Amino acid sequence: MNDELKKEIILEHYSHPSNFEKVDDNSYVKIHENNGSCIDNLNFYIKIEDDIIKDIKFNGEACAISMASSSIATENLIGKSVLDAIKYIDDFENMINQKPYDEENLNEACAFCDIYKQNNRKNCAFLPYKGLKKYLENYHK
Amino acid sequence: MNRDDFPMLNQDIIYFDNGATTFKPYSVINSVKDYYENYSANAHRGDYDISYKVDLAFENVREDVRKFINAKEKEEIIFTSGTTMSMNIMVQTFFKKYLEHGDEVLITQTEHASNVLPWFNLANEIGINVKYIDLDQDYHVTIDNVLKAITPNTKVISLAYITNVIGDVRPIKEICKLAHERNIFVCVDAAQAAAHTKIDVQNLDVDFLALSAHKMYGPTGIGVLYGKKELLNEASPYMLGGGMNESFDSVNEIVLKDLPYKFEAGTQNIAGVIGLGAAIKYINNIGLDNISLYELNLRKYLINKLEKIPYIDIINYDADSAIVSINVDNIFPQDIAYYLNKYNVCVRAGNHCAKLVKNVTGVNNSVRLSLAFYNTEEEIDEVANLLSDLNKIKEEMI
Repeated sequence: MNDELKKEIILEHYSHPSNFEKVDDNSYVKIHENNGSCIDNLNFYIKIEDDIIKDIKFNGEACAISMASSSIATENLIGKSVLDAIKYIDDFENMINQKPYDEENLNEACAFCDIYKQNNRKNCAFLPYKGLKKYLENYHK
Repeated sequence: MNRDDFPMLNQDIIYFDNGATTFKPYSVINSVKDYYENYSANAHRGDYDISYKVDLAFENVREDVRKFINAKEKEEIIFTSGTTMSMNIMVQTFFKKYLEHGDEVLITQTEHASNVLPWFNLANEIGINVKYIDLDQDYHVTIDNVLKAITPNTKVISLAYITNVIGDVRPIKEICKLAHERNIFVCVDAAQAAAHTKIDVQNLDVDFLALSAHKMYGPTGIGVLYGKKELLNEASPYMLGGGMNESFDSVNEIVLKDLPYKFEAGTQNIAGVIGLGAAIKYINNIGLDNISLYELNLRKYLINKLEKIPYIDIINYDADSAIVSINVDNIFPQDIAYYLNKYNVCVRAGNHCAKLVKNVTGVNNSVRLSLAFYNTEEEIDEVANLLSDLNKIKEEMI
């Protein structure tokens, strides 16, 4: 993925985020993602049925990186099993920490593969996954 | 002006985050270094020469602070870790004792967290009511609105001298006068004011005042609580331990030291105090009047540049301080800060610890440009230039 394409993907998801809407439905679980070091402030709404993520939506306000990363996260995670979703998030975390990861699994999220160069933005890119990961890991417990 | 005094300015950066903290001049850095290298002993233990030297230096700074804010007596100057600690000491040691269930404390929605949360906490602890003084269309405090907010239950008015997002200067002297006529105490958070405007606690007649050294070219981790002597005498100590007691023998036999030592338990931030002394000397040498005049002109210059950019919304157009808060249409403040950072420009994005501001401005977050006397018109030109190309911002903000 070249730099231009990465930028294009991020800006496109920032300007037109997918699954960006507030949910008022009891079948969803709400997860609040608040980046302590900056001002990103997003709510995620996740619905799991038969161990499969049926839907994720998010709303709130955040920087371009957090918004784009969240939009991509929702697209990529919907339809995954809980375990596959955890594996995906692990891959994403490995990518932003310069560890080996499965590029195919992450597809568009690879637009953030250079984010390690801006240490202060790693948290923004990981914002959608922080609470989701904890929630998914505890899902079977 | 005086840029050569600041080693941080040797770096290729434009620093417009002076509201968060200021850079330190060589004289401050060297004073701290000198303490650690040449007389690094404890204070108030004067059994040997270097310790005596520490005692003198430490107490001289207390006198320097007294003069700096024109307190009546040296004993009214308590060293703390900064404004936040000062505000907490004031609330927990004096007002927790003095206030009763149902008493009202007036603040505004543009206060910093350190002038909000200690009061909220006290509301939870003893049932006081925290109420807000209405602000005018520029988010400023007016005497009329103060008068409107006062009820027979009002016991305290606690305000920033200059607020950290709106940058408005409050009419503290007039507020003290009308408050004292009604037996209301006035507390002032002077964190944003101390380096920019002359403070005279006697002339203002404030009851308590807090400030931080690091926002006035001094070290981090050191600040001051000023309180009128008769009030501080009434207050209980905040922490107990060495240095603040006269003697103790049993639970019932604890004799505390007098002011100011009653509030200074444990080994103090001696290096910080010495650095604060150097910072005061530094500010005095330039002169607060000169600083204030220069900064106000600089602010005007910045406003003049920014108002020409159509997609920039200036939140605090009118404010007699060095703070300008803005938003760029449809771009998240954090992204503006990241964009400017690519050009080594330091600004702050966020709610600036003033999380109630959104209730009055309708804006959750903003980009804050806070100036100091070492900033220049050339720097402003450069920043305005960076902000005047929306396509470039969008292209480079990620």
